[in-house]
Amino acid sequence: MGNVLAFLTRRRGGDRWHWTDVVTWVWLIGGLLVMFGPAVWLVLSSFKTPAALAEFPPTLMPYVIEEVSVAGYDHPLPLYEVRQADGRTVVLAEVRRIGIIAQMVDPKAPGAIVKVNIADRAPVEKVSFATSNYTEPFVHFDFLRFLWNSVFVTVMATAVTLLINSMAAFALAKYKFRGQSLILIVIVGTLMVPLGVIMVPLYSMISALGLFNSLWGVIWPTVATPTGVFLLRQYMLTIPDELIDAARMDKASEWQIYWRIVLPLAAPALAVLAIFSVVWRWNDFLWPLIVLSQSQLYTLQVGLNVYAGQLNVQWHYILAMTVVTMIPVVLVFVFLQRFITRGIATSGLK
Amino acid sequence: MSNRHEGKEALPASRLSGLMMVPVKAVMQVVDVPLRAWQRLTGLTGMASFFLLPNMAVFGIFVLVPFVINFVYSMTGGSEIFLAQRFYVGAAQYRDIFDCRSYLDPSSCVEDGFWVSARNTALFVVVQVTLMILVALITALVLNREIIGRSFWRAVFFFPVLLSPVVVGLIWRWILQRQGLLNLVLYDLFGFEPYSWLTDRNAAFAAAVGVTIWARVGFFALILLAGLQAIPKDLYEAAEMDGTRRTRVFFRITLPLLMPNLIVVLVLGLIRSVQVFDEAYVLTGGGPGTSTMYLTQYIYEKGFASDLRDPGLAAAASILMGAVLVVLTLVQMAASRRNEKQGER
Repeated sequence: MGNVLAFLTRRRGGDRWHWTDVVTWVWLIGGLLVMFGPAVWLVLSSFKTPAALAEFPPTLMPYVIEEVSVAGYDHPLPLYEVRQADGRTVVLAEVRRIGIIAQMVDPKAPGAIVKVNIADRAPVEKVSFATSNYTEPFVHFDFLRFLWNSVFVTVMATAVTLLINSMAAFALAKYKFRGQSLILIVIVGTLMVPLGVIMVPLYSMISALGLFNSLWGVIWPTVATPTGVFLLRQYMLTIPDELIDAARMDKASEWQIYWRIVLPLAAPALAVLAIFSVVWRWNDFLWPLIVLSQSQLYTLQVGLNVYAGQLNVQWHYILAMTVVTMIPVVLVFVFLQRFITRGIATSGLK
Repeated sequence: MSNRHEGKEALPASRLSGLMMVPVKAVMQVVDVPLRAWQRLTGLTGMASFFLLPNMAVFGIFVLVPFVINFVYSMTGGSEIFLAQRFYVGAAQYRDIFDCRSYLDPSSCVEDGFWVSARNTALFVVVQVTLMILVALITALVLNREIIGRSFWRAVFFFPVLLSPVVVGLIWRWILQRQGLLNLVLYDLFGFEPYSWLTDRNAAFAAAVGVTIWARVGFFALILLAGLQAIPKDLYEAAEMDGTRRTRVFFRITLPLLMPNLIVVLVLGLIRSVQVFDEAYVLTGGGPGTSTMYLTQYIYEKGFASDLRDPGLAAAASILMGAVLVVLTLVQMAASRRNEKQGER
């Protein structure tokens, strides 16, 4: 036994297992469960029927009671395994239940009704995914509307962010003019002005401009990101001035230099900013919550919060909608994780 | 066979995106005509202002001007939102906020809501940031070891960072409710009776702390991991030659050299923690009672949501919160400048 253990724990280089190795793997496996577990539980729950969601203890997989059509009854009847007095079990279908007595029939011989104590029976269950949780919100709620609003805000805000941030960054990186350093100081200084601090006057500003209850009222305050300008400027500083001078020799206009030389060369930084902008705008919550008060304008985040805040929460729909809200971000995570982690590690962007 | 043939016929992705760029290119060409005229008229300086204008205009209207008139708001009274309809009250809002018989007891204050949320926020910040840095540090140390599939494990811890706060709040509301996963685990392992965690004051606070750590720790672990990987390997090799114990290596090499990153993580963590809103609001709505009501939610409700709204008071409270953030930002700037100096040496 000791030999087996020594064999299994033998390591390259002849080192023995240190206690830190144990801690490492406990931490990793525990992390896997704690980090992924909740999301997996959410996805599995989102396929359960309302009845299954109300059960305790809950099951891992979405189960439903198997049903069978019996001659002489209009609706399919639920199947139960019934333990009989002699110890044998038979599968019967329930016709109705009165108190603790269930009236049941044998599906193969539907003539005679058998009375069974409900303690003596267990439902016959099968795994079944309630996909109606996903299809019905499109009909019952303005879910498609919310989805569209979120996509509109995310795409528009990201496009405007990329355009105006890159223009400003170009000016700050490649021109010399008076007040340049002042603008840079203002930009860096306001990196940390969070929404929570200017919420009240910003709201009045939006109202004065007639942008209250408008998706553009959500978009405009978010697009002039100091982070974006700063990131792009730092990247554009690495583009050699000789390139720009050469283009000027060839009679290129400044606009053409920006559009055909600087922008393509800054593509990696633009890509990082685009990824972050998409995630930020998709996830925005507090500001849309303030600006949008009509339900046909809600973004997904606001809509989800409103429906989850109702007195009678329809969890089967909420869970499915939550999963749908998660999908774009999970896709970004799966395909673009490398860019994001590198961006954070090098610039502390978030 | 036919599939392969169709694949050849279809446009490759690059050709397709090239095709989509045609209208954009046309617009850029058209825009170039008036811009050339502008450039001839004003020279390079004029072009610099042209490139700066859109961003600076948006920035000015939606960040700078609100930032400045916030101070004006905090000196006006009434429930109207437009400045023109409000009346000047001087420092009365601030006097109201600080009108307390004892600062340790929120119920002795005129604006008890503010002090309750300020106290909650302070407690939250201290507990959340301390625990989060501890968890982030352990995670970074673990991820910095030579483990199989390191990028997979890094992704595991980073995954919740991108999720929206609303999704995070809902996932955990679903887990912590009566028929939830937590009760299932406790029931299966220890036979605990199911319990509604979010209706318990202390459990709701713990949930707000735990959930925000869950959602953010990957971000901070990543910064610490970058710091750990920047520590020169030969230091560790030298220590190993000398047969130094691992705990000693940690306290004498790793921790001192990681200190700059730890300070960045500490300040960023504090700044984000002071503003806590989204996750906690979706998770508990500030309840039960006011036990998880934090400053941002107080400002939001005073400013917009409640029937007795008071934008002036909300503005004053937001300026006080902003002052805390400014101090924290200055600390961070000083710390990062010190780091740079150390790096030069």
